[in-house]
Amino acid sequence: MPIPVEALMKKKEHFERGPDDRRSEDFHHELFELEEQGEWIVQRAPDPIVPVETKYGNIKKIPKAHLWHHKSCGQCGHIPGYSTSIFWCMRKLGYDYTDPRDQTSCTAWNYYASATSNAAAQAAVAIRNFSTAYESGYFPLIHCGTSYGHYKEVREELMRHPELRAQVREIMGKLGKQMVMPEEIVHYSEWFYALRHEIAANQVRDFSGIAATVHPACHYYKLVEGDAIYDADVYGGQRTAIVTGVAEALGTEVRNYSTWFDCCGFGFRHILVQRDFTRSFATLRKIERMKEEADPDVVLTHDTGCVTTLDKSQFAAMAHDRNVGVPVMSEAQFAALAMGAHPYKVCQLHWHSADYRPLLEKMGIDWEAAWAEFQQDLKRLEAGEKQYLTWEDVG
Amino acid sequence: MTITDNASQERSAFYKNTRVAGYDDVPFEEKQRLFNLVKGDLRFPDYLYGCYECGICVAACPSARFYDFSPRRIAQAAAREDVELVYQQMQEDVWECSQCFSCVRCPRGNNPGGIITVLREVSVNNGLASAREALEGYSRIIYKIMSTGTQVSPDMLQPDAFPDWGPEVKDVSDNLDIWRRALPPETLHTTSTGWDVDEKTLLELYLIWFHTGALDMISEVDEGLHMILQEVMEERLEDAGVEV
Repeated sequence: MPIPVEALMKKKEHFERGPDDRRSEDFHHELFELEEQGEWIVQRAPDPIVPVETKYGNIKKIPKAHLWHHKSCGQCGHIPGYSTSIFWCMRKLGYDYTDPRDQTSCTAWNYYASATSNAAAQAAVAIRNFSTAYESGYFPLIHCGTSYGHYKEVREELMRHPELRAQVREIMGKLGKQMVMPEEIVHYSEWFYALRHEIAANQVRDFSGIAATVHPACHYYKLVEGDAIYDADVYGGQRTAIVTGVAEALGTEVRNYSTWFDCCGFGFRHILVQRDFTRSFATLRKIERMKEEADPDVVLTHDTGCVTTLDKSQFAAMAHDRNVGVPVMSEAQFAALAMGAHPYKVCQLHWHSADYRPLLEKMGIDWEAAWAEFQQDLKRLEAGEKQYLTWEDVG
Repeated sequence: MTITDNASQERSAFYKNTRVAGYDDVPFEEKQRLFNLVKGDLRFPDYLYGCYECGICVAACPSARFYDFSPRRIAQAAAREDVELVYQQMQEDVWECSQCFSCVRCPRGNNPGGIITVLREVSVNNGLASAREALEGYSRIIYKIMSTGTQVSPDMLQPDAFPDWGPEVKDVSDNLDIWRRALPPETLHTTSTGWDVDEKTLLELYLIWFHTGALDMISEVDEGLHMILQEVMEERLEDAGVEV
């Protein structure tokens, strides 16, 4: 089913951008005013910049280079091809970055799961990371959708509540850190969207025969909704343009399905200790709907939890003969594959569960040969020829 | 509305049966104290503006499809300051929320998911039975995030922990060390943390947990875990010559 842009625009619920919309207020004014008052330092987004439009028409600056990669726990821990693909694409396009060791998790996965934290601790964790990025001279690029959404919430809370700023400032004083807030909180998928035409210009594999469904991550566009990217040319501006804009730039057919607004079922606590809910929701409300209504070759999304949930939940459902069985990956991995990345050395698809091999075949990739190449590399590591594979080793 | 009589509660369509829920009732004053803590959170006024009872939040809510759960009831109870119902929700409902924030689609600008975050925090801070129960089996995760600075680690992928994730989990587990060494980013060669977090950064994180009271919160839901975390953190801080 193609994307019904006409139908979206006719719906009475469709929204239009307007200067009088109460939601269109640009937070930057307050951000810089607080800087003038000495409340914090605003780290400017470095040039070169790609300006993009957010939901209610405000401009967001997406820096292309000189980025401090704020990594994701779940990506690095359980789907490492996700982070690796982000780095790989940036290297291929020639943009510099730093991959820091002085970064902690945003800790929001735990906070949304267990509530064993509080507003001050969460804000202090955010500001400590931002301050560390500022000291490095690089600008933060947030890999995780939850970190991104949570940091936007923290920014709102800090702007509204002077007592919270005072509390965090006192803690930063104890750590020897400054109060720093970046000019923009930028998610990696915004970088991919902003650079989609550069990515497409470097495409070496034909994706025109591939059909995808997109799951937009809740914490990307539902938390502080006005700061998510929307584009009149994608879904008529009625849904976030992230991921879909990248897939379409790569020639992929993005298909519609009715439960696109539903979350994936991750649940934060549920994915770890109450997965009956997660599995049921992910398969019954998402994967089965996609299969039935759109029959995609791949599900693309842009967050740690969504990739994990939609991918891992399918195995148990398959045992019950449910209509599941579709590979799931981030658009970063998808874009890397389009640009010629190795499916195992870079995209690390062997960490995924749903069968991705038919998709690779459709992309023209000989996965058996690729796996044999990867095994050769592992033998070199086992033989002690090398301690680790490097960027030079993976092409 | 104040209903303290259990028999009245059982007859009311609004209330679930407290005996079925398996928690002890407490005096009204205690419920009022807990509600005041919720209302006193600095975020509370930003999360609640009233309720049209339109049900859009329920329609968007994943947990409402699989549990006896409604974000509309949460917003309404908080708006009416119905301390009895809010207490019951803290004991029964709040841990069912997925924290996806689909409910912020609310036309009134409410944030039921945010209210739930605050309700959960108060539940943890006050050692409510629901919090202890919901976090049973979760202590390993709390230990990981608070002590290492990353939430999940590659070595958590064990087949007995994730049997429903398919045979690939065993492949990862069997090949963990070599597969991590095959990752080109230098920070990802770890197996017990998501990435390599340096010592100074970890100590800074510990200080945040100490100075914001986040560490103390753990003692209300898991005393043993709190003791372990405190020991681990104090020892490392002491070794580094940092006073708490």
